[in-house]
Amino acid sequence: MEGVLHQVLSGIASGGIYASVALALVMIYQATHHVNFAQGEMATLSTYIALTLINAGLPYWIAFLVTVVVSFILGILIERILMRPMMDAPVLASVGVFIGLLLIINSSTGWMFDYMIKTFPTPFPGGPLLFSGYLSGHELGAFVVTLVVLTAVYLFFRHTKLGLAMRAAAFNPVSSRLVGVRVGWMLALGWGLAAAIGAVGGMMVAPIVYLDPNMMAGILLYAFAGALLGGIDNPLGAVLGGFAVGIIENLAGAYLVGTELKLTVALIIIVAVLVVKPSGLFGRTVLSRV
Amino acid sequence: MPALLEATSLHAGYGETRVLHGIDFAVEQGGVTALLGANGAGKTTTLRAICGMVRTSGQIVLGGERIDGKPTEDIVQRGVAHVPDGRGTFVELTVEENLRLGAYIRKDRAGVSRDFERMFGYFPRLRERYRQQAGTLSGGEQQMLAIARALLLGPKLLLLDEPSFGLAPLIVQEIFDIMHRIREDEGVSILLVEQNASLALEIAEHAYLLETGRIVVSGPAAEIGRDESIRRSYLGY
Repeated sequence: MEGVLHQVLSGIASGGIYASVALALVMIYQATHHVNFAQGEMATLSTYIALTLINAGLPYWIAFLVTVVVSFILGILIERILMRPMMDAPVLASVGVFIGLLLIINSSTGWMFDYMIKTFPTPFPGGPLLFSGYLSGHELGAFVVTLVVLTAVYLFFRHTKLGLAMRAAAFNPVSSRLVGVRVGWMLALGWGLAAAIGAVGGMMVAPIVYLDPNMMAGILLYAFAGALLGGIDNPLGAVLGGFAVGIIENLAGAYLVGTELKLTVALIIIVAVLVVKPSGLFGRTVLSRV
Repeated sequence: MPALLEATSLHAGYGETRVLHGIDFAVEQGGVTALLGANGAGKTTTLRAICGMVRTSGQIVLGGERIDGKPTEDIVQRGVAHVPDGRGTFVELTVEENLRLGAYIRKDRAGVSRDFERMFGYFPRLRERYRQQAGTLSGGEQQMLAIARALLLGPKLLLLDEPSFGLAPLIVQEIFDIMHRIREDEGVSILLVEQNASLALEIAEHAYLLETGRIVVSGPAAEIGRDESIRRSYLGY
């Protein structure tokens, strides 16, 4: 029984990271109806930037903040330079750009920072495990950080004018322009936010899985499974889905399929959701009377 | 007094298809100008052209400043509110959020909350449905929401695209009654596109009649309404 509790708790901890990457995916999906396959690689690049800053002697939290800001700007630049011209392009062309972006970022991080697996520091006390051995200090810390980020994002979208404008631009670009919302910039902001959220996810997961250019490949898959499970058009659902996938993954890894086949669980979840309930558990069915 | 909006030899179209073939019209300061015509005459396209939603050539001058070729957002900033055909409701958002978006470009918080109250005065039902998802409103309620959203911008010029479309006659009457009040109280100039010509001519001072992208008749609304031959050949009543 203690073992189960341990698996659930560390499932919640890694689930938090899936949740933040899932949220990043959903933010761009809502605005563009495309899944950004490069979201994971963007997060990896951000994590390398953080590592470089830390190695250069910056205190962890300063490096953390700078990385989030730099990632935000990079996200905006990618939208302005790469995605903007693709606005009216067919879906497959956009998918092509996403995959190209994935390969380019992946290779250039490998080229700039080499393919050696590196350790990434954690700002949280290590030492003895907390909660009588159920959670490591980093797991608990990462969980809290994720929760803070998710709450901040939620409050931003629910209670600020800019958040409302971003949601409006995602739902109805034509009407948004007619009330004066600069839709193009809202999209760019969405990319910036997604990149920033992904960066936090990357920095939180790196101490657990170690840093290499392919670090996020598996995590993106879990995050995608989480987003689908919760409903790809529902940010809150995606977050809950992320946590659920974390728990399922850990339990299945421990008791069902073993750690080697854990990634398969993500694929099974994806297929199962698409077959049984394509809109996900919390996917909204929008009612509209005309 | 110079006209609020003046269009000169305005052409517009979608891709290769040309819809407007050089029309001239003006919207006077205050009051209602009606734009009438059959389906496909180019009424909706005219409104879209004013808002920079379609490619145009020719001149559009708003309050002495050329606005043709500007992005929609910039034209909206200059005080043009557009209730588009299909009403443009943000169906996923609540009534409250729809209204807040209407006031998006405004910085005067006190003025905005005063205007919210005034909108509830015109449309009490919006207050009842304040927290409801806008997509669940009836067609008439969505039309009221769209008009309120546009007025919250505090516009100089209000473009209304077929406010009667798809609504039951009683609801249409209700909305036009409210529009009479808005006309008196708000000091906003209205360019009204309608297929229901008799309703439109009743509320308007001036009217233009469009046929396949050209203006065929223009004049005081009362005269056009009295002219039997125009009514028979163009307005069908």
